Amino acid sequence: MSAFLDHLPEFWQGLIVTLQLTAASFAGAAVVGLLIAAMRVSPVPVLRGIGTAYVETLQNLPLLVLLVLAVFGLPEIGLQAGLQVTATVVIALYEGAYIAEALRSGVNAVASGQGEAARALGLTFGQSLRHVVLPQALRTVIQPIGNIFIALTMNTSLAAAVGVVELTAAANRVNLLEAQPIPIFVGAGLAYAVVAACAGLVTGRLERRLAVVR
Amino acid sequence: MIRVQGLNKWFGEHHVLRDIDLHVAQGEVVVVIGPSGSGKSTLCRCLNRLESAGSGEILIDGVPAPVEGRELARLRADVGMVFQSFNLFQHKTVLDNVMLAPMKVRGLSRAEAEKTARDLLARVGIAEQAGKMPGQLSGGQQQRAAIARALAMRPKVMLFDEPTSALDPEMVGEVLDVMVQLAADGMTMVVVTHEMGFARRAADRVVFMDDGQIVEMAEPNAFFESPTTDRARSFLAKVLTH
Repeated sequence: MSAFLDHLPEFWQGLIVTLQLTAASFAGAAVVGLLIAAMRVSPVPVLRGIGTAYVETLQNLPLLVLLVLAVFGLPEIGLQAGLQVTATVVIALYEGAYIAEALRSGVNAVASGQGEAARALGLTFGQSLRHVVLPQALRTVIQPIGNIFIALTMNTSLAAAVGVVELTAAANRVNLLEAQPIPIFVGAGLAYAVVAACAGLVTGRLERRLAVVR
Repeated sequence: MIRVQGLNKWFGEHHVLRDIDLHVAQGEVVVVIGPSGSGKSTLCRCLNRLESAGSGEILIDGVPAPVEGRELARLRADVGMVFQSFNLFQHKTVLDNVMLAPMKVRGLSRAEAEKTARDLLARVGIAEQAGKMPGQLSGGQQQRAAIARALAMRPKVMLFDEPTSALDPEMVGEVLDVMVQLAADGMTMVVVTHEMGFARRAADRVVFMDDGQIVEMAEPNAFFESPTTDRARSFLAKVLTH
């Protein structure tokens, strides 16, 4: 255990980077997911097609492949950014596809009469989505989106493979010095578990607070 | 106010509306009756393009109904619709349900929209329910709230798609009373219903549909006392014996 406690500053630094990656890429994924979900349920066939292509492409490629491709491929075509920024963007784009699918299932769960009533009142497609359909859809997908948040938190550890020194990379570095994998990785694992447990608490609360009387 | 000419509609192979011609004058109340599957709800939904027409023409207030986009939204703002299943927005209070479209579509301020909404809720007799969620109301109250929501847009025409079919029997009366009052106030209305009593009481004209066609069209007294077609006669014999 001392191997873990002796290196708390390194772990702490790694955890902060993990939290930064998680927060920034989740925010990005939420925006991307909202846009793609809106495209996938829109009445315009071209937009639906683009949305579907996006989801199919990003869900069918491993995140690690995308990370490696972005980190080593983008500089080849002249796009250079910091490792952490690149990783954040890639994770946001990847998880955005999952959020889009969760939102779409929520939209499909809203009774079709709700959208019809909104349109019958003269609301445009965008307005009925924004004021009527999405607020109800979001309530039904709080739990799945919480799960995506947790998965995203765990997925940030893949950034270690492309040189971002987040929690997993920090643990790995400490282990190279101390060679005591069990306390070191159990400690790192516990830190991830705490983040995930917090996410679970928040989603449970949100779900109860926003429940719709039917 | 509404003019429908040569309207045809197919659901796949199924020909649900056949050569419908219908003219509804300003201030007129037209009640559409007929057996299930006769196309009367589809006709009603075509009038504000919740269903697209296969062929034919629909004019609202002399203007051809736009096919899509903002123009269509503008048309729908002027055509109120009341659904069988109420379709109140489940996540908003009754008051917010009534205020939403006037604010977002007509650009009314919150204060103006709230004043209109409260007046309308009082008019349909549920002023004290304004702060509740739709799920906390009875079916009859929900449907009256839905009527208030449609009226808040000051529509030129009101469409009713079987407004009382999902209600418990003791709540049908309270909704029909609101509709009768609305008709008396001079609203142009198209009402798809199974309520023959309402047709007799409030209709200027009864349209009888069967198998996607308008079979008979007459004033209520003439229609109920002496229907001219066999199909109308057998339909009336079935619904009026109880």
